[in-house]
Parts: sequence; C-alpha cells; structure tokens
Amino acid sequence: MLRKKEKQIVSDFEHRKADPAGPSEISEAYDLGEAETFGKLMLRMFRENKLSAVSLLVILLMILCTILAPVLTPYGETDMDLLNRLQPPSGDHWLGTDEGGRDVLTRLLYGSRVSLMVGIVPTLLSMVLGALLGVMAGYFGQWTDTVIMRLADIVLAFPSMLLAMVIMYTLGGGLFNVFLTLTLMNWGSVARIARSETLRLKKSEFVEAARSIGVSKWKIIFRHILPNCLPTLIVLFTLNVPAAILTESSLSFLGLGIQPPGASWGLMVNTGRQFLYNAPWLSFVPSAAIMVAVLSFNFLGDGLRDVLDPRLRKQ
Amino acid sequence: MKRILQALLVLLLVSLMLFGLLRIVPGNPVAVLMGEHANQATIDRLTAELGLDQPIHVQFFRYLSGAVRGDFGTSYSLGKPVSGLMGTAFVNTLLLSLAAALFAWITGGLCGLLAAIRKNSIPDRLFMGFSLLGISMPVFMAAMILQYVFAYWLHWVPISGTADWRSFILPAVALGWNSAGSIARLVRSALLDTLEEDYIDTARAKGLGKSGVLFRHALRNTMLPTVTMMALQLSALLSGAVITETVFSINGIGRLAVQAITARDIPLLQGTVLFSTAIVIFGNLVADFLYTVLDPRTRKEA
Repeated sequence: MLRKKEKQIVSDFEHRKADPAGPSEISEAYDLGEAETFGKLMLRMFRENKLSAVSLLVILLMILCTILAPVLTPYGETDMDLLNRLQPPSGDHWLGTDEGGRDVLTRLLYGSRVSLMVGIVPTLLSMVLGALLGVMAGYFGQWTDTVIMRLADIVLAFPSMLLAMVIMYTLGGGLFNVFLTLTLMNWGSVARIARSETLRLKKSEFVEAARSIGVSKWKIIFRHILPNCLPTLIVLFTLNVPAAILTESSLSFLGLGIQPPGASWGLMVNTGRQFLYNAPWLSFVPSAAIMVAVLSFNFLGDGLRDVLDPRLRKQ
Repeated sequence: MKRILQALLVLLLVSLMLFGLLRIVPGNPVAVLMGEHANQATIDRLTAELGLDQPIHVQFFRYLSGAVRGDFGTSYSLGKPVSGLMGTAFVNTLLLSLAAALFAWITGGLCGLLAAIRKNSIPDRLFMGFSLLGISMPVFMAAMILQYVFAYWLHWVPISGTADWRSFILPAVALGWNSAGSIARLVRSALLDTLEEDYIDTARAKGLGKSGVLFRHALRNTMLPTVTMMALQLSALLSGAVITETVFSINGIGRLAVQAITARDIPLLQGTVLFSTAIVIFGNLVADFLYTVLDPRTRKEA
C-alpha cells in the first residue's frame, strides 16, 4: 500500500517541477489513499482477529456506559446511605454497597469516566509530544538528537512507578496532575520509536525527492515523515492506553492519584482494601473492571498491529 | 567503556532531575515538618542546620558528594540516616525481587518453551491465557487475590510481613506474574521464529534428535531477546515492588518511598528513588554486557 503511494508521489514531482505554483497533488494523493483503505483495513482486522472485534465492542460499550452513567443508575455518585453499609450484592445494589453505603455499581460507572479518560487523554498528549520530539531528533540529528534522546534516556531510566510517585508528590494529587504526570512519563518511549522510524524514512526515495525539489524541512516532517509514522503510532497508542490505566490505578491505589470523594477504579480498590475480608467485592469488582479494560485495549492493539504494522510483532 | 560512561552520565542527570523536581515543591520543607506552631527562629535555625539556606547548586553538589560516599542525608520523619534505613529495606526488596525474578524466569521460560513446542495445543492455550492474565492484571489485584485465597481462606501461608521464608511466596508470585507473562510470550514467539531458520533444518537433516536441535541450536538463539527482556523487567519489578510491599506489609525500598511521600520526607524519598534508579541503570548495563557475551556478532560494535 505504502509503496504504491510513494511511487505516485515521486511521479507527482514531475508535475510540480513543470508548474511549481500548481495544486499540490502529493498530500491529496495521501489523504485519499488513507481514507479509502481505512475501512477495509478495519474489516480485514475483524475477519482475521475475532478477539479484537469483541474488544472494540467492549471498549465502545464502556464508553457508552460512561456517558450514560446518570441514566443507567438510580443512585448518585456520592449518595451515602449509612443504614446500608457494606451490603453484599443484592437486587437493589447489584454489586453491593461500600463503607459509606454508596452503590458500588454506580461508583464503578462514574469511576470509568476517570479511568478511561486517564487512559486516553495523557496517552494522546504523550504521543503528540513524543512523536514530534522523536521525529525532530531523527530528522535534524546532531545536538537536537543528543539533547532530546538524553532527556528520553533520563525519563526511561527511572522505574516508572517511582518516577510517577515523585512527580505526583511535586504536583500534588488530582485528575489534572495525573494527566500531566502520565504525559511526562510516557513520551520517552514514543520518542525512541518515532526517532528510529524517522531514521528509516529519511533514507527513503520520496523524502529525498521532496528534499531535492526544495520542500522545506518542516513541511517534509509534517507532510511526509509523520504521516508515515502514523500506523506505528496508532498501534503504540492502543498499547499505551492500558499501561496508563494501570499506572493511574496503581497511583490511586497508593493514595497518590485521584483524591476522594472523586471515584476512580484504583481509588475504589484502595478504600475497599480496608474491608478485604468482610466485603471483598469492594476491591475485586473495580479490579476486574481495570482488567477488562486493559485486556480489551491490549487485544485491540494486537489486532491493529497485525494489520497496520506487522514489523512491530517481533518486539 | 563508552557504555559505562554513558550510564554514569544518565545517572548524574537522573539525580539532577530528581533533585530539581523535589525542590519545586512549594513551601519550606522545614516549616512543613515542624507544623503550624513552630516559631520563625527555630525554623531558620533548622533550615541553616540542614543546609537548606545555601544556593541550590551548592546543595546539589553537597548532596551528590555525600551520595557518592554512601551518605544520603538524614530522614526528616524518622531521624535516622537514610542510607541505614535503605540498607535494611534493601535486603527485603532484594529478597522479594530475586524470588519474583526466579519465579518469572523459571515459570515464564518453561511455559513459553512448552507452549512453543506444542504450538496451538491445549497447554499452549492455557499457558498463554495465564500469561495474558498476568500482563493485564494490576499487580495489586494479583496480590490481593493471592492474599485472600491462600492466606486468609486456606491459611497456607502468613498474610503479611517477613517473619519466615513462606511469607515471601505470595508476594513473589504476585510480583513475578506480570514478568512471567511477558517472558513466556516472548520465549514462545522467539522460539517459534528460530525454529523456522535454515540452520535448524540443517541440524535436523544431519540427524540430530529433537531435543538436540532444541537445546543445542534453537534455545541458544532464543536467549538473546530473552536476556534483554529480563533486564527490562528489572525496572518493572522495582515498580511493582512498591505495590506488592504495600499490600503485604513488607518493609522494603518501595514501601519506604511511599512512607516518605506520606510524611513529606524529601531526603528519604530522594534516596530511595535515586537508589532504585541506579539499580535499574546498572541492570541495563549488565544486560548489555551479557548480550555481547551471548551474541558474538554485536561484539565489534560495542
């Protein structure tokens, strides 16, 4: 697919040379190609990998539950009912109640907002940051490369949990700071991959062709290199989301992430742990939710990787 | 040699970043430490005593020169030298991590091996299912399930603490499960790739038995990615140790770091994090060397 496109692009240079002011067909050829094949790609993935189809369904369902939480449950997120503390699962409370008599299912639904957001938002931010820095390091080389990659080395040298703890300590708890922490933690690995992709693409014919007709550096980066890194980055995204969910839940589990009375799955496990022996569902239910979310994203990532970027399979 | 220098540079930058991060925290740590009712004169005196009134670069070099000699300052909250506290804690973390790593390498390696030999068989599916479970399960969930079932319910092992070797079993399994999963999957795919190489066909053609092919040729080449993976797992193990030690009340480095955060004890936090990071950097260095030993092809470049 890519090779065909690249040939098309190289041939497009002839037009550009003849008429430099004419419309750029390069980028158009690109967008059309991508748009045409994306649906087909997804179809192929679902045919080849049933598990990833199911996972996508589960993820969509979770997102739907997150949005519809107020409609799906008669209880409020922080509604206390002290007469019904620590009730086991029943008809009224499908997943039981916690130490304040709050409905566990309700808190689970509202908690999924935080957990899914924490999975997606900082991962997206770290992808953008990491991809930009990594491509710059790979394309410009020299001191830009040295500075950026040394920074990445430092971030990656820390055991991730401890780095997260230090950053959270500096910033304080709360949702926004969790976003910031996860972004700062995760850009390094993205940058490494984007850099190595760039080094490979830099040598390719179509980048050389673009350079030879005087396309500016930044245009080459944004028009030619970044779009070609996209398949790899999309796969990396689906694999980084579950990692972010796990990190947030661990932070909240230690009491360093989301602060009460907000609900996140990790925080629910943390508060439920005090009642592990008389009300085990308090910690096991949100734990299971974390696991289902993580599994779904992992399966989806595996499926996407197989269709988008088989080279990554070996890593 | 270049590698060692690079590692030292990273370690230096890591300590610089850590030092910077912990100094951004608003407020005078001494004032936080003494509570609301301390008078200004006492705060000033203690600030000077701890050297916190010096310019930041002087503080950093003072800290660094101490750290090189094994002096990480004095813990604010516990009033003892940080290095002593870390020494005791490190023994526990080391025992825990070693047990977890052993569990991960042995079960992960064996499961991956068996799964690859009998590809798509029932054991293969089963092992891969278990490893997937390990990868997607939060460490605290594995820890709590194990604790609930084997300690609380069946009374096979102590619930928490470090009283005897049996209390390390559950934490080690909880901590190692994740790594075991990654290793099993890696060994399986690496072995399956290797078994398709031409030299395996050659070995078979010259009449070498199945186990001969496996142990003399295939496994050796599977070792390469696995060793790198094991080194990378070290970082994950130390991260997971924070959680595992918290759940099982083991007084290790991770728990010390959590306690330091709760008590806003900067020297203790700085020491524990710096020490753990140094271990990870050292582990990666060792993996690099092992790699050159195992794979002669990389020797020239290194």
